[in-house]
Amino acid sequence: MTSIGTGYDLSNSVFSPDGRNFQVEYASKAVENAGTSIGIKCKDGIVLATEKIIASKLLAPGKNKKIQTIDRHVGVVYSGLIPDGRHFVNRGRDEAQSFKSLYKEPMGLEGLISRLGYFVQAYTCYNSVRPFGINAIVGGIDDSGSHLYMVEPSGVYWGYMGAATGKGRQAAKAELEKLDLPNISCKDAVKEAARIIHLVHEDNKDKDYELEISWISKEETNGIHKFVPNDLLEEAKKYAEEEAEGRNDSDSASGSDSDSDEDME
Amino acid sequence: MNHDPFHWGRPSQGTYGDYNYNIAHASNVDKSNKSNSEFPKMHTQQPMITGTSVIAIKYNDGIVMAADNMGSYGSLLKLDDLQRIIPVGSNSVVGISGDISDFQYLERLLDDLEVEDSYDMENENLKANHLSEYLTRVMYNRRSKMNPLWNAIIVAGFDDNDELVLKHVDLLGVAYSSPTLATGFGNHLAIPLLRQKVETEDDAAKLTKEEAIKTIKDCMKVLFYRDARSWDKYSLCVIEKSTKSIKIEKDVKVEGMKWDFAQHITGYGIPQQ
Repeated sequence: MTSIGTGYDLSNSVFSPDGRNFQVEYASKAVENAGTSIGIKCKDGIVLATEKIIASKLLAPGKNKKIQTIDRHVGVVYSGLIPDGRHFVNRGRDEAQSFKSLYKEPMGLEGLISRLGYFVQAYTCYNSVRPFGINAIVGGIDDSGSHLYMVEPSGVYWGYMGAATGKGRQAAKAELEKLDLPNISCKDAVKEAARIIHLVHEDNKDKDYELEISWISKEETNGIHKFVPNDLLEEAKKYAEEEAEGRNDSDSASGSDSDSDEDME
Repeated sequence: MNHDPFHWGRPSQGTYGDYNYNIAHASNVDKSNKSNSEFPKMHTQQPMITGTSVIAIKYNDGIVMAADNMGSYGSLLKLDDLQRIIPVGSNSVVGISGDISDFQYLERLLDDLEVEDSYDMENENLKANHLSEYLTRVMYNRRSKMNPLWNAIIVAGFDDNDELVLKHVDLLGVAYSSPTLATGFGNHLAIPLLRQKVETEDDAAKLTKEEAIKTIKDCMKVLFYRDARSWDKYSLCVIEKSTKSIKIEKDVKVEGMKWDFAQHITGYGIPQQ
């Protein structure tokens, strides 16, 4: 079976005999091992969070931001190849800008994500390019409320109440399902996002990470995409650590003492 | 008689020969440029709907600026709720007079700048000094294309070092700074009054905020009295350096006016006993 892909995975826009496009699938593989990113749709807005793996101790803390802004009211976080993500975001900015210059009003999320979907899909159709190695979570607020979407390397996009991608996506999805979406408040969602990122990072404990959280909320940020204020971020981190300790305690109480000595932070 | 209206009032063909139709079909297109289409292309030759003066004065801890809410179409009051002082980011405001469609174009340019600045989600990098330089470039570029944006602009706010910026930019791309600034009619009516209070930077350093606001309010009153294209509702912007705040008060009314018959107003015309 493994030999089936042979020869059909060397180029974009070529189907294998059983109807698969291997380059697109490999692009998804690039996402699967990247730092986890999540997006939460709340009752008053959107929260985006990402686990930023620290590749080198020499990197300046807090300087290399990963969450980006497409327009005032639209934020993006992605897992995968960062340069691909940057290119994707630049396109989003161009789309939002040209929409605004034509219609003199901010671009709606539905329209934006559809244009971005086309853009990503086009990179699966030509021999001269390769698909985007990212899953991008795009969230924002427009006239019709808050929206959360995730675009995959194939160009497909779905609307979500809670989206997760990257290495810890399975555990993150399980945790997101437990939340009361989309009735959670943004403030609570920030804490839960911190907790989820902290939780899914435990499988990847040998590497340090930096937590990045942004939000877009009618009440909290006046509909503008911003990083959460430092005090809220610290509060969320504290909550995440407390929850993790609580979980470890109950784990060790129930007999599994394998990780009882790991809550030194 | 020839009943074709086209021939009415023309020199009689019998006496003067055939009428030269090129006179009626003259266009202002530069014929030396053959790539030009025959369709006439005209640049802005005059503003259409206009906003009148913007005035500003420096005081010991900031700047006070005002502009009324009117958009005139010739002498017609076309718009009476026009906001001509707009904030750009949290470090600057611009007051724009002149053509209103060009003002709206500038508003959009500045909004794009603001969005681009917001891509950096941590710092606000767009300061008033950048803004005035940018606007000067835009205005100069357009005047060099013989197609100016028909505006005079006052930029006020803070620069990179949180120092005050107060600049005037006009449709020619000329920029200058002074502790008292005005555009349009305000240059004739308000500047002398403003300079009575503040002639130099040293005078500005002595003027209190309350005095500055009173001076600006008095000037808006005089402008409403004597500028026929002005309105008694205006926006008042107060910039305070010590608190680094920029506040825009909207729909301020001109107060304490006297519309008595001129003869009974003291100080008008011949001094009265």
